[in-house]
This record gives sequence, C-alpha cells and structure tokens, in this order.
Amino acid sequence: MNVIYLILSNWNFIAVIMLMMAGLYIVISNQNFIKKLVGLSIFQSSVFIFYISIGKVSGGTAPILTGIADTIYSNPLPHVLILTAIVVGVATNALGLALVVRINEAFNSIEEKTLLSHKIEDSRHEFEKGDSWK
Amino acid sequence: MVEFWVNVFLISLLVVITFYIIRLRSLIAVVALSGAYSLTAAAIFVNLDAVDVAFTEAAVGSGISTILFLAALRYLPLEEAHQTRYSGLSLSLCTIVALMLIFAAFALPDFGDPNAPAHIHVAPRYIEESYPLFHIPNVVTNVLASYRGFDTLGEVVVVFTAGIGVIILLTGSTLSMRFEKTENALDQKSKTSKEEA
Repeated sequence: MNVIYLILSNWNFIAVIMLMMAGLYIVISNQNFIKKLVGLSIFQSSVFIFYISIGKVSGGTAPILTGIADTIYSNPLPHVLILTAIVVGVATNALGLALVVRINEAFNSIEEKTLLSHKIEDSRHEFEKGDSWK
Repeated sequence: MVEFWVNVFLISLLVVITFYIIRLRSLIAVVALSGAYSLTAAAIFVNLDAVDVAFTEAAVGSGISTILFLAALRYLPLEEAHQTRYSGLSLSLCTIVALMLIFAAFALPDFGDPNAPAHIHVAPRYIEESYPLFHIPNVVTNVLASYRGFDTLGEVVVVFTAGIGVIILLTGSTLSMRFEKTENALDQKSKTSKEEA
C-alpha cells in the first residue's frame, strides 16, 4: 500500500522520466530522420512537463491575481521559462525539417543507413578515381 | 482529488501515445500522434495551473509544429524504409538511465509541496510585488515582459536565426551551389561568345 502511494504521488516525475527515455531511445535507435525529430520533441516536452509539475502548489490556482485575500497561487516562474522554451523548440524543429528536406533532395533518402552507405560508396569512388590518375 | 486523478490519467495517456509513436512506421501517423501528444500535454498544463503555457503549447506545439511536419512530409517518402529493429544496446542504456533517474526522483520534494525550495525563493516576491509595481493581474505575462524581458529578446534572436537558416537551406543558395551556378553561367557565356565568333 505504501509503495503504491509513493509511486502514485510521484507519478508525474516517474512518467516524465519514462517519456524522456522513450524520446532518447527514438533518437538514438531509429533510422528515419522525421521520426528522430519527433523523438527529439517528445524529449523536449517531457522536460516541459517536469518543470510545470515542479511549479504546481497543491490547492493552488493559476497565477492570475484575483484580488481575493489568502488565495494560493502556483509558482509563475517555471511557466515563464517554459513559455520561452516552447517557441524555441518549434524554431529548432523547423530548422531540422529544412535540413531533412535538403538531405532528401541531395541523396533521395532520409534513412540513416542508406546515407551512410552513400558516403562509403562516394569515398570509394573518389579513391578509385584518384588511383586511375596515377 | 479529482485534479490528481485527471493528472495521473493524462500523463499515462502520454506514455501510451509515445509507445505507439515508437511502434508505428507510417510517418503521417507518427506526426498525427505527435500532434495528439502536444494537445494532451496542453491539457496537463491546464490541470497543473499553467494556463499560459497550455495556450502556447496548443497553438504552437500542437498547431504550427504539426503543420510544419506535414509540410515537410509533402517532399519526403511517407513510410520508414527499414523495419525498426529493437536494438538491445540502446534499449538497455535507456533502461539503466531511466532507473537511475527514477531512483533520484524520489529525493525530489513531494509533488505539490508548498514548502519546496522552488516556491520559497523568488516566486512569492513576484506574486506580491508585481501588481503594485506594474498593474498587470496576470503574473506570468508580467514576469515575462517586465522582469525577464531579456529572455524574450534572446528568444526572438533564436527564432530569427532559425528563420534565416531555413531560408538559406530551402532556397538552395549555399556556397558550393552558388559556385556551380556561376561556373555554369560562365561556361554558357563562353559557348555563346564562341558561337558568335
């Protein structure tokens, strides 16, 4: 019973860690660049949820002043930081997507494996070309 | 108490969505699920009293981000080419890090504890002082604009830089391509001048 209570009361933090690691797993093990970007944004928003969870005060309301005395407000500072971070996250996503589109134009593939084999073939080609010059 | 259970439910929903994002291969489905993820996150933010963040997440994270992804998919293949192989090394790495972080998470202050260090440092000053000084009832907007304007300036710089990067990448006037173009133009000029001669 005690263990269940401990897990449930910390469920936000545990789930955030699971989401973060799922995002990391997608980024390092998936081959497709679009999916990698989605994984990156999952990683990001897990951090956002972590910050907002820390800013929560139990029994509090949104930090918009009501004028009623003795109202408990949640902590506004994490909200401010995360507002900035969300917009920056979308800017990074846009840049990453532009890179992926360019990569697809140049190599006709957005899979990491295919690109790596491209690179090996290219360097071998150049090597052979250089050899024939001698 | 209702708040608490809604929170538990929504966060578990996020974990389920993430699981399906890992498994699915159709990229359109993955992008749609990431939009759903952002929208669920916005609901969580409302539940945790962060209404301004929820606004931004619903508009920017779930709206603009999904549209950007779909616009990029217009030029890309829609299926993952390879079957995802579950790589044991990265899976065990992630599991180990997750266990270590969860172990560390039990040392955090309790969820919603009003005496946590985050709540007793500068936040009470913002809540008490900001209205008499600036007369804006929304504390988040007030802190964003009045106390931390430089943060927003930095944000604008980052968005501007990202915009320049996207334009440079997509219009294709990178340095090497420009050289190729000028060389081609020079070749054509010399050809036409030869023909004229």
